[in-house]
Amino acid sequence: MGRVLAVIIWLLTLLSVAIFFNKKWWLPPAISDHAPALDRQFMLTIIIVGIAFAAAQIGLGWMVWKYRDSGRADDRGLYTHGSNRLEVIWTVITAVVFISLGVMGQRVWASLRLNDAPAGSYSVEVVAQQFQWNFHYPGKDNVFGRTDPSLIDDSAVNFIGLDESDPNAKDDASVTSLVIPVNRPIELKLRSKDVIHSFWVPPLRFKQDLVPGMEIKVHFTVNKVGKYELACAELCGQNHFKMKSYMLVLPEDQLTALSALPQEQFQAKLQELLNNTPLAPSY
Amino acid sequence: MSEATHEVHRHPAPTGFIRKYIFSIDHKVIGIQYIMLALAAVIVGMLMSLLMRINLSWPGTKISILGTLFPGGAPGGLMNPEFYLSLVTMHGTIMVFFVLTTAPQGGFGNYFLPIQIGAEDMAFPVLNMLSFWVTFVGFIVILSAIFLSGSDATVGPIGGWTGYAPLSALGAIAGPGQGMGMNLWIISIAIFCVGSLLGALNFITTLLNMRTRGMSLMRMPLTCWAWFTTAVLALLSFPVLLGGGILLLLDRTAGTSFFIPGGLYVSGVLSGSNPNFPLHTGGSPILWQHLFWFFGHPEVYIAILPGMGATSHILATFARKPVFGYRAMVFAIFAIGLLGFFVWGHHMFISGMSPYSAIAFSVLTLSIGVPSAVKTFNWIGTLWGARIRFTTPMLFAIGFVSLFVAGGITGLILGQSSLDLAMHDTYIVPAHFHLVMGVASIFGMFAATYFWFPKMFGRFMNERLGQIHFWITFVGVYSIFVPMHVMGLVGMPRRYSSFAEYEFLKELHPLVVFVSVAAIITITTQLLFYFNVFWSMFKGKKAGENPWEATTLEWNTTSPPPHDNFAGVLPTVYRGPYEFAVPGAPKDFLMQADSTAEVTSGNGHNGHKH
Repeated sequence: MGRVLAVIIWLLTLLSVAIFFNKKWWLPPAISDHAPALDRQFMLTIIIVGIAFAAAQIGLGWMVWKYRDSGRADDRGLYTHGSNRLEVIWTVITAVVFISLGVMGQRVWASLRLNDAPAGSYSVEVVAQQFQWNFHYPGKDNVFGRTDPSLIDDSAVNFIGLDESDPNAKDDASVTSLVIPVNRPIELKLRSKDVIHSFWVPPLRFKQDLVPGMEIKVHFTVNKVGKYELACAELCGQNHFKMKSYMLVLPEDQLTALSALPQEQFQAKLQELLNNTPLAPSY
Repeated sequence: MSEATHEVHRHPAPTGFIRKYIFSIDHKVIGIQYIMLALAAVIVGMLMSLLMRINLSWPGTKISILGTLFPGGAPGGLMNPEFYLSLVTMHGTIMVFFVLTTAPQGGFGNYFLPIQIGAEDMAFPVLNMLSFWVTFVGFIVILSAIFLSGSDATVGPIGGWTGYAPLSALGAIAGPGQGMGMNLWIISIAIFCVGSLLGALNFITTLLNMRTRGMSLMRMPLTCWAWFTTAVLALLSFPVLLGGGILLLLDRTAGTSFFIPGGLYVSGVLSGSNPNFPLHTGGSPILWQHLFWFFGHPEVYIAILPGMGATSHILATFARKPVFGYRAMVFAIFAIGLLGFFVWGHHMFISGMSPYSAIAFSVLTLSIGVPSAVKTFNWIGTLWGARIRFTTPMLFAIGFVSLFVAGGITGLILGQSSLDLAMHDTYIVPAHFHLVMGVASIFGMFAATYFWFPKMFGRFMNERLGQIHFWITFVGVYSIFVPMHVMGLVGMPRRYSSFAEYEFLKELHPLVVFVSVAAIITITTQLLFYFNVFWSMFKGKKAGENPWEATTLEWNTTSPPPHDNFAGVLPTVYRGPYEFAVPGAPKDFLMQADSTAEVTSGNGHNGHKH
């Protein structure tokens, strides 16, 4: 029975490694500047994980294969209580490997999250609500108009509570899909009107919660034009599964023309562009 | 034998049915009660996962009984999204609290910790009884949460087992699943916290004060170390959850704002503008996450440490070899328990907390892999040079090691803040924690059940049924949870009642169906286990005092043990817990309480060959 168990452990190990490394189901093609470094760290990690996983399972299987009880009274196991030297060796090796991996795993994080967006970033305010995304553009003056939750008026399509009396708000627009320029740092100012949501575009390799009561600033740069699906990744209620929008990445001049339009035309034109742009392939 | 034992009072068992079986203060009866509670709870939890899988793989399936039971959640038998989400919530809560925390600790810990240290009972038997009955009430309350349709005519709470505020704090205004069901969810968890605290106090006191003569700490079985550390974790973490739960309940019912910030606009209503939605200001949603995960991460170890202990115990017994690196194993249990308190932030990298603290949490998280790896090496070391007897408990213990590695090792991916940007809240997270804290822990408990059943009931479980149960379950759980990892790589978000809205998820449909089929087969197979447990209680092959030729004190008494465990004569301990294959000994095992053997030098913890 030991041999059967060993073979099954090895087969399961082989199949588990295979389902990862045949790459039929894998990270989608990356579109952000930080993604290649993140993907390299992921590859390094998964190779180490794969080796450690396979080594442990092969070792376990080998013990099970080899050391069966013969049933003879005089045939006893090895009388040992362990080896301090082995304990020290494997503790030190795993500590060095795991902690190094952990330290390396901070690089992309640090580059994205420990500093502000570079000067000249393209800013968009993201205001999430149960089960809709709103994207607030500052317009030509590049200054966001004041918003106030008490001014939210769903019937007047003022989902973000824009204060129309604020001069900076005159040219602002709020639309329900995200459109951003390619190859320019993007700064998102993330807020939520009600509960926690999470901004998730898989090819971007980026996710961030939107927390009511907070404005969380994040930044990244996208280097491929195209249309991508945007999902909510934090349970936000009944229709969480269809809190969907799109992220449309355009050449900057095209976007400048678009975002200069008044809100209604901006939204209509954006919708038209979305309808005419095929989804970027996800694999 | 006169030197080997010391006389104490005999305590006769109570004779009335109620005092004997219902409100018993006998730790053995209470242990069985906890196990029965877990066996009942796990059926509910599994059925819920079955319903979820059916909904994900074959949307539109009508299950008429659902329509009858839950007219609000499954009208005409067709599950709606909010019912799916309340299943997610109930499944997680029931499994984590009422299965993974009750069976390993309250169940087997209660039954065997006192016997393994040579005590007559727990230190506080009445507290022990209360601990179970409080937990039982908690279970009734959580069950009622899904059946009690609130005024919003929905079923059950919606929040996942983590119940993130402010969704969980706002009340019915935040949509279906936020009404009475959510109150009951919080109350149930609060009750559970109280029950666990009573239990934890008892475990710690018993272990420290009631060890029999010769049972020094470093002669205790590794199971006892695991239960002890688990009790310490429970003692320190459950009060934090209890406090958090009370604050959450106050936010919902008393108009406080611990977790609710100002200026919220929910379902078309501004906070403070309407009696349905009172004014809230100044609360912090992230505070709930800190409180929850300060408990929640140690909880992961509360679930798995007893399984680790049982696995070490059972591996040594059927390897016919001492545990490899006993002392290192004890230190590793401590290290896991201690580090477990400093890593809760890895659940919150993208929550909006300080990105600097994320770095500290991340590196600490990766370092908790070190004691976990040390344990794995020592388990494999225990099998090295062994004479393995492939009994059903041994198969499950070996399965535990395999699954612990498979599930635990992806922690190296998820623990890195950078990679979490892509992995967080995708299917790789449930894949990881189901394998390690769910399935591995349960394998530890299966091993424990098959191993200790002869002691608890005086009869063996059926070996053939047990082996079939093992083979299908072992292959089954790999088939269910490994594919979920790659779903996560593609980016599939958790807690979606349907994947139909997203083009990028369509390619995963074959995997989703495969997982569901594997789950149906695996869950059905568990019927064999249930049948085996109840059939063997009455019809199983009779077992003697020490049927496995094991060494620790529970095998020094009758099967089942008398009311006071050792019939009034407490054993004295002469050596370490895993003295197998001692050269020169008459048999290949030396029991801890055996004074007659000439070999008494085997302390079993010196860390080198004798």
